[in-house]
Amino acid sequence: MVITVAVDRADDARSWIERANPTHPSLIDEHHRLAELYNMVNVPTVVWIDETGRITRPNDVAFTTERGGRYANVSTDEQMALLRSWVRGSLSPPSDDDIRQRVAPLSDESRVARAHFGLGWWLHQEGRFGAAQHQFSIGGELAPDDFMIRRGTMPLRGSDPFGPEFVEMVTDWLARGHTYYLPLPVE
Amino acid sequence: MTSLVLLDVGQPTEVQATIDESGVWIEVDGVETALGWELKSEGLCRDGICISMARRPGLTRDGRLNLDALADLLGRPLAHSPEEGAAYLGPAMDLFDHTLETLEAPDFTLPDLGGRLHSLSEQRGSKVLLVAWASW
Repeated sequence: MVITVAVDRADDARSWIERANPTHPSLIDEHHRLAELYNMVNVPTVVWIDETGRITRPNDVAFTTERGGRYANVSTDEQMALLRSWVRGSLSPPSDDDIRQRVAPLSDESRVARAHFGLGWWLHQEGRFGAAQHQFSIGGELAPDDFMIRRGTMPLRGSDPFGPEFVEMVTDWLARGHTYYLPLPVE
Repeated sequence: MTSLVLLDVGQPTEVQATIDESGVWIEVDGVETALGWELKSEGLCRDGICISMARRPGLTRDGRLNLDALADLLGRPLAHSPEEGAAYLGPAMDLFDHTLETLEAPDFTLPDLGGRLHSLSEQRGSKVLLVAWASW
């Protein structure tokens, strides 16, 4: 079963979902609840969950197109092959310790950053846009690797998430020796 | 006394508070309404569990609870805007500790475009590929 979650406003996600017309649950997460629960910092992020409801493969980066895969330096074919093996049951499951090792660490700063996002989102809904923007900025400064906050709020702030602010943000991030996408190894 | 909107992981409740140089002091009743924690002689209690307040000196004063101390005691991240009269408390650290311990995927309930709610737990018995995406 596939469950997709748009970490987005419904109106921003609507045209994509309507065009894809999916048969699987295709959900909307305006408040970034998933980011809070799963410690996600960017999209796309995928999680494999087994029949018992346990995480088999934590937060990973996966694209459906080769072009997307090139951004993250992953092979979509290899990722898809791995996913198929898991679904068919021919992949030996990793040990719990291996899975835990792959769970992204969670810092106090990133938790506080999300609280600022939450406050900002509420202020935004209340129509207090300047105050909301201020909270989003604090969140982005506390957790510079949290692109759910830094990029995900661009539409709320009237900034183009594919425009100059995004390009500048990523360029600066990479120049400081970081990686924008952090996929898990495929093996 | 002033009113403060306390957001419990997004759920807003208006509470009464006193704000001075020592911080934000929320009326005990408001804490119970907003967060479900009740002040008893054993400590702060909810759902049959009590946290001793000895662990956090300076938590109470004149029937009010200090917001910073409360967040700290409950292990919850806090964002507060005095100018906007609002504070947001994120989920407790226990949530992540529990996930790491059990590796259980945290359950969630979210709407689809039509407003129909779906929960991850409804898929128990099937493998699930959870995909977070966005238009941005």
